[in-house]
Amino acid sequence: MKYFAFYFFFCWQIIQPVAAQEPKLPLGLGSNDEPTLPAGLAPKKPLNGMRGEEPVLPSGLFKENELTLPKSSVVDGYAAKSLMRKLPFNLSGFWEMRGGTRVTNDSNERQTSIAETRLQLKLTKNIKNVLVNLTTDLIYDNVANSHAINLNAGRGFIDLREANLTFSPASFMDVKAGRQILTWGTGDLIFINDLFPKDWNALLIGRDEVYVKAPSDVLKTSLFSHWANLDITYTPKFDADRFIDGRRISYFSTNLNEIAGRNAVVRTDKPNDGELALRLYRNLGAYETAVYFYDGYWKSPGGISSTSGLALFPKLRVTGASIRGPLGRGIGNIEVGYYDSHEDKKGSDPFVNNSEFRVLAGYEQEIARNVTLGAQYYLEHMFDHKDYLLTLPPSFPERDKNRHLLTSRLTLLSHNQNVTWSLFSFYSPSDMDFYLRPKINYKINDRWITEFGGNIFGGDKNHTFFNQSQNNSNIYLSIRYGF
Amino acid sequence: MNHEHIRIKEKPVYQCFGLITACLLFTSTQATASQLSADDIVHRANKVAYYEAQDGRAQIKMTITDDKNRTRIRQMIILRKDIPKTDALENNAYLGEQKLYVYFTHPADVNEMSFLVWKRVNADDDRWLYLPALDLARRIAATDKRTSFVGSDFYYEDISGRNIYEDNYELIEITENYYVIKNTPNVPSSVEFDHYMMHIHKDTFIPVQIDYFNAEGDIYRISKTLRVETIQGRPTVTKGSMEDLKTGGKTVMEINDVEYDIGLSDNIFSERYMRNPPQNFLYE
Repeated sequence: MKYFAFYFFFCWQIIQPVAAQEPKLPLGLGSNDEPTLPAGLAPKKPLNGMRGEEPVLPSGLFKENELTLPKSSVVDGYAAKSLMRKLPFNLSGFWEMRGGTRVTNDSNERQTSIAETRLQLKLTKNIKNVLVNLTTDLIYDNVANSHAINLNAGRGFIDLREANLTFSPASFMDVKAGRQILTWGTGDLIFINDLFPKDWNALLIGRDEVYVKAPSDVLKTSLFSHWANLDITYTPKFDADRFIDGRRISYFSTNLNEIAGRNAVVRTDKPNDGELALRLYRNLGAYETAVYFYDGYWKSPGGISSTSGLALFPKLRVTGASIRGPLGRGIGNIEVGYYDSHEDKKGSDPFVNNSEFRVLAGYEQEIARNVTLGAQYYLEHMFDHKDYLLTLPPSFPERDKNRHLLTSRLTLLSHNQNVTWSLFSFYSPSDMDFYLRPKINYKINDRWITEFGGNIFGGDKNHTFFNQSQNNSNIYLSIRYGF
Repeated sequence: MNHEHIRIKEKPVYQCFGLITACLLFTSTQATASQLSADDIVHRANKVAYYEAQDGRAQIKMTITDDKNRTRIRQMIILRKDIPKTDALENNAYLGEQKLYVYFTHPADVNEMSFLVWKRVNADDDRWLYLPALDLARRIAATDKRTSFVGSDFYYEDISGRNIYEDNYELIEITENYYVIKNTPNVPSSVEFDHYMMHIHKDTFIPVQIDYFNAEGDIYRISKTLRVETIQGRPTVTKGSMEDLKTGGKTVMEINDVEYDIGLSDNIFSERYMRNPPQNFLYE
């Protein structure tokens, strides 16, 4: 064995200089006899008419032995890394101005639909593998009547978006505790099993689309295994939607039997109990499947107290499922949910929402380069519709047994993807109403973004879901500086 | 080998002779290495450009300059893991599915977004985008791989790697430094180019320049390797550029802090780590 090692070494000494030498190339390998070209010299008529000038060797490929030199930039990389860690925390955010006006007259609301400036500060820090995240919006909102801080309703000078800790107590477990934004489910601006709070006012007055999600105060535990993953979110105190209450957006008041706004701001009686939401999910190949469970309350008022007249959030249990994955040349999704409004089991209480079955089918495809089209069909099917009709007070408008809704989202990117043109349309063939969200977003540079858009509502009857907002049609313009 | 050893021991003179012959044989094998087929060369280049080691991490900075000389910066950290547990070229064993995790750090409007790709060889890639402000993991429907990646002059496919089986290869020429390969698409309607020419460095198999030609035979798009460094013994492109001669745009990509074989587990490339980014592997 010793001899062998010696001879191997000896042999290597012979090979080395030979191998290092450039192997002699056969001239014009293949179909031609053209001699090898010196670098930088292009033939008048390139070989096969294809080849241009030969590229100059990049740095690092000049000399063969340069490749074997030890590399220094890896070390430099670590230096940069530790320098980043020396900062006390990570700060990012934006400052924004946003203004808009109603394009229709609304006798119960201000003509100005939005006039606000907002500074978002996002502080993050990793302390011993616990990620601390504090995201605060400081706002001056000229349209609001009061600037008193209400963190749950998101009113006042401060909207605390996130204040949470994220850590992994075990390899199979993540915990995120505190105020956070939560989203799951497969719909695009349609939510069946996502019963985390929404801010419908923000969506309708033309704030950035991310503000459709309102924060909730939650303990979220996620468990991971090869078989499936489980998210458990517990909200100790019910977090309602930031629903349409007449302050900013006029709505159809069943009490007044007409469209109302600041003249009839919705007063509510909120439950004090908590909410539990579960999601069990796993991938089956390229398909994402999930089952959901929610035990809590209708997130926007789903009933009226027959005695006090206050809007109520009746108890609600939702069981659902979803699947999403490749379909044809795009992505398809289906989501279903059974809304068990168990304070009105028989559906005969006119002051509490009936139970419902909700289903959503969606499809999205890139139809041309930088053009994406998404379409969704959504159904709300009311159970015990006959009982509902029998007990409905005569002055209340009648809801259909089935509410059908079609949506489309057309998105076009232009100017090196710095300009986004988009149109989101909702149309309900059963309610005969619509909602259009046209938008142009322009990234002026890496810091500045401007956006121009609108929220346009229309329909036949005053009480339907979208057409009750008929006096809220608006356009808006914003400018944002990000850091 | 034992048998060989014993034989050598018995005949020490022959031993030297035999080994020298072996050495000569070895050198001649080296020489024939230059007669690699177009397929061999392209597979080596593909491995070097996209499949080096079992996994890796890099920080990427793209400087996008448009025809009016306005610049935009995109910064991200890319984590990659190969599903095949080998780099072997035999039977193209290195080639297979890959998972990519892209974590954006700049500019502000994309900060902390993550982009997850499960790259398939015989099917469309699965892609997700996670938007932290919404806590939303969106599935991306985009199937056109030849569209701009994050607004740069690089296409998605330039970053993730073009499927090697979508082109036909021809070794056009061997120069002092390069193998010159002509690539013709199998399905011409699926791409915007008529063909492209690769100058692949002979020693490292790094594609140093790629020229894209239109049907008229004109170059309209040029990819260049501007710097190569040897990291953990692996020649690695650390600076490159893509020029679009039609739009006048150019993107320079700097690749820093490259590390190979950092032990990324499969789990990283999942919804879990989009929602809760793997801090240990992202140093910002």
